[in-house]
Amino acid sequence: MSKYLLDKFLFTVDRDPALVERYREDPVATVDWWEREVANKLLNATVTEDSTWLEFSEKERTALREHDHVTLFQMGAHPFLTLTLFIAMFERDHGPLEYQKAYGAVMAHLTLPYPDITT
Amino acid sequence: MAEVVAVIASTHHPFYLRASTSTGADRPPFADEWVSKIETFRETLTKARPDVLVMVGSDHFHQLWLDNMPQFLVGKAPYFDANWYNEEREFGLPKMRLQGQEDLSAHILRHGLDADFDLAFSNELRIDHSITCPIITLRPEADLPIVPIYTNIFAPPLPQPKRFVQLGRTIRQLVESWPENLRVAIIGTGHLSLELGGPRQFGEHGPDPEFDRLAVEWIANGDIEKCLGEVTLESLHLPGNATHGFMDFMLMMGVAGEGVRADHVDSLDLFHTMEAYFTWYPNGAPA
Repeated sequence: MSKYLLDKFLFTVDRDPALVERYREDPVATVDWWEREVANKLLNATVTEDSTWLEFSEKERTALREHDHVTLFQMGAHPFLTLTLFIAMFERDHGPLEYQKAYGAVMAHLTLPYPDITT
Repeated sequence: MAEVVAVIASTHHPFYLRASTSTGADRPPFADEWVSKIETFRETLTKARPDVLVMVGSDHFHQLWLDNMPQFLVGKAPYFDANWYNEEREFGLPKMRLQGQEDLSAHILRHGLDADFDLAFSNELRIDHSITCPIITLRPEADLPIVPIYTNIFAPPLPQPKRFVQLGRTIRQLVESWPENLRVAIIGTGHLSLELGGPRQFGEHGPDPEFDRLAVEWIANGDIEKCLGEVTLESLHLPGNATHGFMDFMLMMGVAGEGVRADHVDSLDLFHTMEAYFTWYPNGAPA
């Protein structure tokens, strides 16, 4: 389990307009490409100084491939990152605030304490 | 010596700009009341005639990231570009550029380190809506030099609430020991109860109106001891999963001082979250 790597995925996709579209349209291929090409990139390096050890668990990969924000929340992915990216991808398909409300409503069964988001 | 002419604590609602500038069917029913409250709040800063703004906020995973996360960071640069692509996308916030006050940044860093705060610094900081929202609401001309100070209320492990209060007290002392005859306003933004990305988000009110009521009371009365007695890193999970942003209000209570009542107190109950606005005048209200 790597909450850090889940967060890194959400963070790097959310800040790249082209990647937001790619993840919306083809999540399976985007997650596979990202894990292969980006997961180990040290973000602060301008030349290749890759890390060597970062990979998703099968459950994490599946949650990302399925756009499953409820499971991401339950795994302790940072809820701000997930929400921001998912609004960017899906708000456009709904009326005002409809998506945000539905996003919360499908999590209504979750109670405190929420999963720890500490990385 | 510099003078602290106003201490201001506020929520930072990224939708204010869009709500206040929308027209016709797009204009939300609460927009007029919101604008009116903001204009009154703005006047409390304008009247203090500041030369410099110290701005306390929190980066929302824009420039600060989990591979290198500072707890408290001071920006020191001649300019600060502001707002990020995803803020433009989601909130309609424009790109901005603010001038820095490097001399005050350097003073806060040097003497803050000497006062046992191991402050991080940045010489190239692109600030986000935690600082640009209060610029938009309180000083839309964006014409004053700033010193941005970021706190980590976002990526645990977080500092304890008492450290926020202590840092606030220290910032006040540091500004007052800056040997420039300039008028400084210290402005900080945080949240009351707030839920983001969880089941309680985007409700009719903030997720915990009772917490909001208590919080406004603590802040308005400068009741730091009571607040510190009730608020812990653990307890802040209960009112809503993003409520740790309240610690920036606690920082501003530290700036204002124990038992010091705010000169201006206002709030606005909106869907999703409550807005709250506070101004203190350390040397008496300006005429």
